[in-house]
Amino acid sequence: MAELGGRAIRPAQAIGGSVGDYVALMKPRVMSLVIFTALVGMVVAPGHLHPVLALIALVSIAVGAGAAGVLNMWYDADIDALMQRTAGRPIPRGHVTPEEAAVFGIVLAAGSVTTLGLLVNWTAGALLALTIAFYVLIYTMWLKRRTPQNIVIGGAAGAFPPMIGWAAVTGTISIESLVLFAIIFMWTPPHFWALSLYRARDYQRAGVPMLPVIAGADETRKQILIYSVLLVPITLVPAAIHLGGTVYAVVSAVLGAAFLALALVVYRTREGRDADRAAKRLFTFSLFYLFALFATLLIERSLALWIG
Amino acid sequence: MADADEQERLRRRRMRSIAIGLALAVLVILFYAATIVRLGGNVLNRPL
Repeated sequence: MAELGGRAIRPAQAIGGSVGDYVALMKPRVMSLVIFTALVGMVVAPGHLHPVLALIALVSIAVGAGAAGVLNMWYDADIDALMQRTAGRPIPRGHVTPEEAAVFGIVLAAGSVTTLGLLVNWTAGALLALTIAFYVLIYTMWLKRRTPQNIVIGGAAGAFPPMIGWAAVTGTISIESLVLFAIIFMWTPPHFWALSLYRARDYQRAGVPMLPVIAGADETRKQILIYSVLLVPITLVPAAIHLGGTVYAVVSAVLGAAFLALALVVYRTREGRDADRAAKRLFTFSLFYLFALFATLLIERSLALWIG
Repeated sequence: MADADEQERLRRRRMRSIAIGLALAVLVILFYAATIVRLGGNVLNRPL
């Protein structure tokens, strides 16, 4: 029984993490979104990058994003253990020690930045280093536990990948890649605040100053609406600067209207289960919304390149 | 129970080693491929 008890407290620490635990540390779902937006940045960028170098760039960006995820889980293991959504992560469960995670993350970060810089170009490499540093140092270590604006600034880290993809092809930063950055940057706050509306208790327990915990649910609903109103016009800009074509103009206008409508429902529905349901619907739609906007840019540009 | 733990520990270590080996092999292939792509035919254009 004593042995069983000991095993229950530190189930696998002596056994060591499985490969799957290390993959989970890299946040594969976030990685897939990063790969996708970086790919869009590469495809819509003017110029040509050899397919082999394009693949290397994508892998490096994905591994860099994974490194940021690992270092985030290393630093946040204490609060992850307190939240239902994150309690099953490898470090709180005792599958991987914090030291192992820290070393894993640092090796991945250094390796991905070096590979991207040496094999593709150093503008992209420097942007990847900036992204990892921003996510780990500014978001995770500094802002997340201190201010309800954590999501606003932290969203920048998630907004960099299409810029890195663009830089991998062109070697530069330009207004078009900044527009792609701005779309994800403005999208992040309403997306996460919609989630935090129905997960407020979790964040409260962990002491993370999410907006609903600090300023209340009604203020969060107002901020969601404000950011949504700011976001939708920005999503129309790619059509205006010929980054997207007619199809993109139509898709972004229609889905933008739907996004605003759902944000308005969240703003108006403040009580009971309906309020939670409205927030969940906006959260789910926001994922589809961003995916659809970038997929439209990708498909339109790919077809144009194909047809010539 | 201790034996089962030890076996599981060895199994996981072996899987981690294989994963690290594969990752290193991929890295070697990527650097080789990038070198060929970047140099291309220029490899032949050098003073002999």
